[in-house]
Amino acid sequence: MAGNAHSHGGQTARSLVALRSVSKTFSNGTVALKNMSLDIREGEFVSLLGPSGCGKSTALRIIAGLGEPTSGAIDWPKANYDAAGRAEPEVGFVFQEPTLMPWATVFDNVWLPFRLRGMSRSAARERVMDALAMVGLEKFGNAYPRELSGGMKMRVSIARALVTRPKILLMDEPFAALDEITRFKLNNDLLRLWENFGWTVVFVTHSVIESVYMSSRIVVMAARPGRVIDDIAIDAPFPRSDEFRTSPLYNDYSRTVSQALHSAMGANDHL
Amino acid sequence: MTLIQAQDPASTPEDPETVAANEDVLATPSSRRPERWLRFVIPVVMLLLLLGVWQVYVTMANVPQYILPSPLRIAQALGTDWGILGSALLVTLKITLSALILALIGGVVLAVLMAQSRWIELALYPYAVILQVTPVVAIAPLILIYAPSTQVALLFCAWIVAFFPVLSNTTQGLKSTDHNLLNLFEMYRASRWQTLRYLQMPNALPYFLAGLRIAGGLALIAAVVAEFAAGSAGAGSGLAFRLLEAQFRLNIPRLFAALFLLSMTGVVIFLGTSLISHLLLRKWHESSIRREN
Repeated sequence: MAGNAHSHGGQTARSLVALRSVSKTFSNGTVALKNMSLDIREGEFVSLLGPSGCGKSTALRIIAGLGEPTSGAIDWPKANYDAAGRAEPEVGFVFQEPTLMPWATVFDNVWLPFRLRGMSRSAARERVMDALAMVGLEKFGNAYPRELSGGMKMRVSIARALVTRPKILLMDEPFAALDEITRFKLNNDLLRLWENFGWTVVFVTHSVIESVYMSSRIVVMAARPGRVIDDIAIDAPFPRSDEFRTSPLYNDYSRTVSQALHSAMGANDHL
Repeated sequence: MTLIQAQDPASTPEDPETVAANEDVLATPSSRRPERWLRFVIPVVMLLLLLGVWQVYVTMANVPQYILPSPLRIAQALGTDWGILGSALLVTLKITLSALILALIGGVVLAVLMAQSRWIELALYPYAVILQVTPVVAIAPLILIYAPSTQVALLFCAWIVAFFPVLSNTTQGLKSTDHNLLNLFEMYRASRWQTLRYLQMPNALPYFLAGLRIAGGLALIAAVVAEFAAGSAGAGSGLAFRLLEAQFRLNIPRLFAALFLLSMTGVVIFLGTSLISHLLLRKWHESSIRREN
């Protein structure tokens, strides 16, 4: 496949970011993460899968630079971002809610990351329109968020995360609040984008269906304390489509991942 | 760019909703037209009816005008005494509006300061509350002693009363910013000023405007109350003093005329602040969205 020049989850790809024995304890004493180590390689689509309270969102926020770990370190190999001359690497973040500014148009919402860097509306126009075109919303630049459906708002949120062309896209259960039809559609659209542009995605979810369908690798986590219990490579070819959803291979992986998840749940006798 | 084609057919399931929503909006004015007429006609008819009953009652029952003047007599007083009432209205308006503007500035500046630091909030908020809860009539005599002129004293009294709703609403608005959006700004390394300017201030706007509507009414009330307390006489006196004066002289038609002007001032302030609020929020805020069901 022509647009698929980068390797998906191949062991040869270089490390983009690594968590080294990261632990996070909140001020109320909750151990959100205990000794988590994870090496994310360039071009991977990694899902962090687990029950609520397993620290998957906490791990994602630590990678995003929101809140320091209590112990351990995050390692960004310098070669990956030093060319841009920035102190820290660029990340894109998509929340569970669209998290748009209701007073700003779709265009202005996507312009925000550039605006915060002091780039004018006209200077950013081309990049913003490109990002909107990527998610199929180029005609909705002047609309306000309240005029859009839930799925369209999420697309705006994705366009905003992608507009700066970050090395890594972090997504915190982005489609959990959507209906299944919209969700499947956004799953496919996100996969198409990833296959074409080849960035790295870390995708937090509690859905086995979603993670097996999209990921090149699934990290299964358990709760109390939050920790990694399994790391499963999904060796199915890309591009994936609805045919993959009904294939035996998909079923096998779903079973494997479900079992891993089940043992994650079983590790907590009070659940 | 080939992606656009890949997405278009599939994105249609979402589009009809939006299109349908737009059609609803377009259909609204025509389907509401008869109702709009009534919304204007009914209050006017009701007003004329009330005034008519009042006029007929006063004429038929021969009520003396120092007890209850007829609407026509009040209108006449408004005309003949316009020289006195008009200049008094101007004085009251000037105090009310300057107090309101100062209250907006003071309220917003204090709110921004308090939102910046918990320490500043702890230090200042109690005094804002004390100023608010102490009846302005009780502080007025003191202010009159310290203020260089009566006008300044009146202005200060009206300001004390009007600034609190602006302060407390704006503070609430600045603080109730979506936590995820704050995180997003942090991730993009926004400066404190950028976060305030692009996120917290727009977020606080609806709260501020609600405060403005309350403050507008309160500024007028406080200006009148302060003038009652100050009892200033002479050329610089406002409507409240003219009203008291008319009462002493048993010039009840003029009292009613002054009262009418005060009410109208309050109504105009309310309409003005509501209009500002509507114009600023109509595009995006929930409060200005018309729903069919």
